[in-house]
Amino acid sequence: MYNKKVISRFKKPKFAGEIKNADAVGEVGNLKCGDIMRVYIKVKEGKISQIKFKTYGCVAAIASSDILCELAKGKTLEEAQKITGRDVLKEVGEVPALKVHCSILAQNALKKAIEEYKKKSQ
Amino acid sequence: MKTIYLDNGATTKICPAAEAAIKEANEKFFANPASIHHAGIEASKRLERARKTIANTLGASPEEIIFTSGGTESNNLAIKGLSFQNPSKKHIIASKIEHDCVLNSCKWLEERGYEITFLDVDKEGFVNLQQLQNAIRPDTLLVSIIHGNNEIGTLQNLQKIYEICKKKKAIFHTDACQSFTKAPLSAKMADMITINAHKMHGPKGIGALYIRKGIQLTPLAHGGGHQQGIRSGTQNVAAAAGFEAAIKEAQKQKKQIKNMQNLRDYFIKSALKIPNSTLNGAEGNSRLANNINISFAGVEGESVAALLDMEGICCSTGSACASKSLDPSHVIMAISNNSHERAHGSIRFTLSASNTKKEIDFTLRALAQAVKKLRKISPLKR
Repeated sequence: MYNKKVISRFKKPKFAGEIKNADAVGEVGNLKCGDIMRVYIKVKEGKISQIKFKTYGCVAAIASSDILCELAKGKTLEEAQKITGRDVLKEVGEVPALKVHCSILAQNALKKAIEEYKKKSQ
Repeated sequence: MKTIYLDNGATTKICPAAEAAIKEANEKFFANPASIHHAGIEASKRLERARKTIANTLGASPEEIIFTSGGTESNNLAIKGLSFQNPSKKHIIASKIEHDCVLNSCKWLEERGYEITFLDVDKEGFVNLQQLQNAIRPDTLLVSIIHGNNEIGTLQNLQKIYEICKKKKAIFHTDACQSFTKAPLSAKMADMITINAHKMHGPKGIGALYIRKGIQLTPLAHGGGHQQGIRSGTQNVAAAAGFEAAIKEAQKQKKQIKNMQNLRDYFIKSALKIPNSTLNGAEGNSRLANNINISFAGVEGESVAALLDMEGICCSTGSACASKSLDPSHVIMAISNNSHERAHGSIRFTLSASNTKKEIDFTLRALAQAVKKLRKISPLKR
């Protein structure tokens, strides 16, 4: 059902956890749909210096959260904001059609975190 | 990696006795049982012997047993066949926790002018008998209520339900695919009973419908008029022989039901030690001997099942993420006041008589680890 990359990222995510003194946090999803994703970021000199996630959801949701974090780390806020669901999916590789939805949720959580950060620093 | 198979509610491994019976029938009784030559007559005799065993098991007569391709077909035949035969009555009652093949047969009829009442269940999954009694009207054709629920294992009190139906003159059908040979079941408990082979170590692709004498059904498949015209199609002698052998095997091993119950209760008791866990379904003798279904707050079932699968453990989940429709289990929703978290976080383990305590202990350890690991990365505070 899932490709090797998805399975290995699900099993051993590199960015799972939380940042205690995060500069911003973004959350999407709800219990009804069965996916909740929270992304924590720390920003240094306009770039995402640290990023972590907490996800309630299926294998695809957890693996794609991890992959999103990897894509975003080190990027400027502007670059990170531009990451699309398609970018994440490209990295994730093939997922079952019904899982596309869970695979593109994480980037919305990141966008929210960046928006929050920008609002705070205004 | 060793496989620990705990998904016997989905299907079971065929038993050696059934395999042997199938092999023998394929060799000796391959002829068409409808043929008039001696080989056909021998095949027909073998087929009827299997039918008789099934009838005896239920306390029915052989003419009351119709072979089908399995549970789904039997349920469709009972519901649609009865509806087509009695077009003047257009009200059907079912519970909210029926198997999809009953739910969707009812919904299909609903789209065609039928009125369906879906009965509520309580938090253990029992149908509200008072609500049933009140729901039956003069135009109620059929009441269809599952015996042993496939997800949460709750066993309905068929006698009480049947009494109400008889009193109020509605025909009562029950889907007993999960409970057949695992819980007391007889033709005295319903007007129509669905059973199948592959849930009890028989072959896939064969089931039966018990139809009380006097009840007329319109066939869903028209053809050569086999099985009293109710279900046309060349009969599968070998599968019927395998079904019969599996039943005989199950009857020999009645003690194993008790062992399975003990293992089930040990599993439940141990798994509920994991914090924030809830048993789904009833307990004791009101629960299928092999069914365990537990929800873990803050985690999603598909992820738990995936981690267990990596340890070789096969189980299933009521989470939407594992379903084709993206809807969470309608059964868990019905018993939990529509708690999405309960439904998404539910894991079902279904035992067979060959599971060992060692396997269960291994599973319990893996389960506790999986839940702990996923809770650690879950944004839900538990």
